Amino acid sequence: MAFLEAEQLFKTFHTANGDVEALKGVSFSVKKGQIYGVIGLSGAGKSTLVRCINLLERPDKGRILLEDHDMTALTDAELRKERQSIGMIFQHFNLLMQRNVLDNVCLPMEIAGISKKDARKKALEYLEAVGLANKAHAFPVQLSGGQKQRVAIARVLAGKPKLILCDEATSALDPETTGTILHLLQEINKKHQITMVVITHEMRVIEELCDEVAVLESGRIVESGLVSKVFNDPQSEAAKRLLLVRQTQDILKGTGE
Amino acid sequence: MQIDSQIVGLLLEGIRDTLYMVLVSTILGYALGLPLGIMLAVSDKNGIRPRPALYRILDIITNILRSIPFLILLILLIPVTRALVGKSYGSTATIVPLTIAAAPFIGRMVESSLKEVDQGVIEAAQSMGASDGTIVWKVLLGEARISLIVGVTISLGTILGYSAMAGVVGGGGLGDIAIRYGYYRWETGIMLITVAIIVVLVQILQWIGMRIAKKLDRRIP
Repeated sequence: MAFLEAEQLFKTFHTANGDVEALKGVSFSVKKGQIYGVIGLSGAGKSTLVRCINLLERPDKGRILLEDHDMTALTDAELRKERQSIGMIFQHFNLLMQRNVLDNVCLPMEIAGISKKDARKKALEYLEAVGLANKAHAFPVQLSGGQKQRVAIARVLAGKPKLILCDEATSALDPETTGTILHLLQEINKKHQITMVVITHEMRVIEELCDEVAVLESGRIVESGLVSKVFNDPQSEAAKRLLLVRQTQDILKGTGE
Repeated sequence: MQIDSQIVGLLLEGIRDTLYMVLVSTILGYALGLPLGIMLAVSDKNGIRPRPALYRILDIITNILRSIPFLILLILLIPVTRALVGKSYGSTATIVPLTIAAAPFIGRMVESSLKEVDQGVIEAAQSMGASDGTIVWKVLLGEARISLIVGVTISLGTILGYSAMAGVVGGGGLGDIAIRYGYYRWETGIMLITVAIIVVLVQILQWIGMRIAKKLDRRIP
């Protein structure tokens, strides 16, 4: 049984410059405890796809089944309740700038109705889990990008999620920091058996983190399967192109740029 | 001109009346303007709960009230003021038109402060399952607080200016003194002193507001 299933998702944006079809019938399924990757170049529809899962973006057509419950059929109140158990990590961290680190981690618990005192106590534990307990009283502006993302991860953990969505979570970080964040996400997945959907344009993220991958191109999944299979023997043009991008980057790095 | 104790007493009374009018009008102005600003920001097409029709109505009402010159509004509202306060002159009566003039102005400033809040942070709160009320309270107002405090400072200055204008129709306070002594009695000295006091008051309010804003801002490393 699939833990998360997307069924024939369609989404069109009506802009001043005409309609943009972001998703044209996307389906995939994710097993419990799995880290599922979606890779594609910019404009492929990745962000729209991940936003459709927790309905930050409502698909025009199609269904999202989470543990066999149709997310698209929920009322507003039910959806809010369901979202409390789906964590999301963003490219630009999206921390509250006027709150310190500890109170940022408290936010999902406040939303869940936990008292401020209990929330603060638990928040410290989550900060310990990401190695930032010593920064509890710092403000986001005083942190590096990697530290901000770790706060965001602690904040997600505070919601006790059954599913974590990562939207280009490492794209604003340098390669070294990317490594530590990926490692942390992997650790969380192993330790708590939390299912993850990871959206990225970096092959490295898929290679180091994911079990299965789908390649998205112009709103369609053109190839999917085990990471090793797709990357070693790409069938689609899009996957081949992504590999080429990666190889070029490697060559550039090899020559010292 | 001689500055005797009588004039000093008069000016002190003027300062007291002006501060009373300005502070009470600002508080009442926010009681109306803050909810208005929140509704404008929330119902806008890019707000957290877009309601185009509601936005349009609030937008038009706000614009109409904002475009009536204060002096005209003051005179137009005389019957309302009489009904509410019992008379149309004096500092308490002036609070009525001051509040009505301040509310749409404050509403606009609150709206623009709230719209400055990073969309990403709002989206993060939505992804956590926050209700609209929680987003308004914890995210919009919390994150915009510096801008809101600066807004209060600007409002105080603007309302102080309006209050001086109310002197023309016997509004009480420093503006009243400036008109009665400076204009009707040709006592330029008193008028200049009154103007200087108004300028100093605006400066002090501005200084206090900016200091508080800076002290509370966590975006400064």
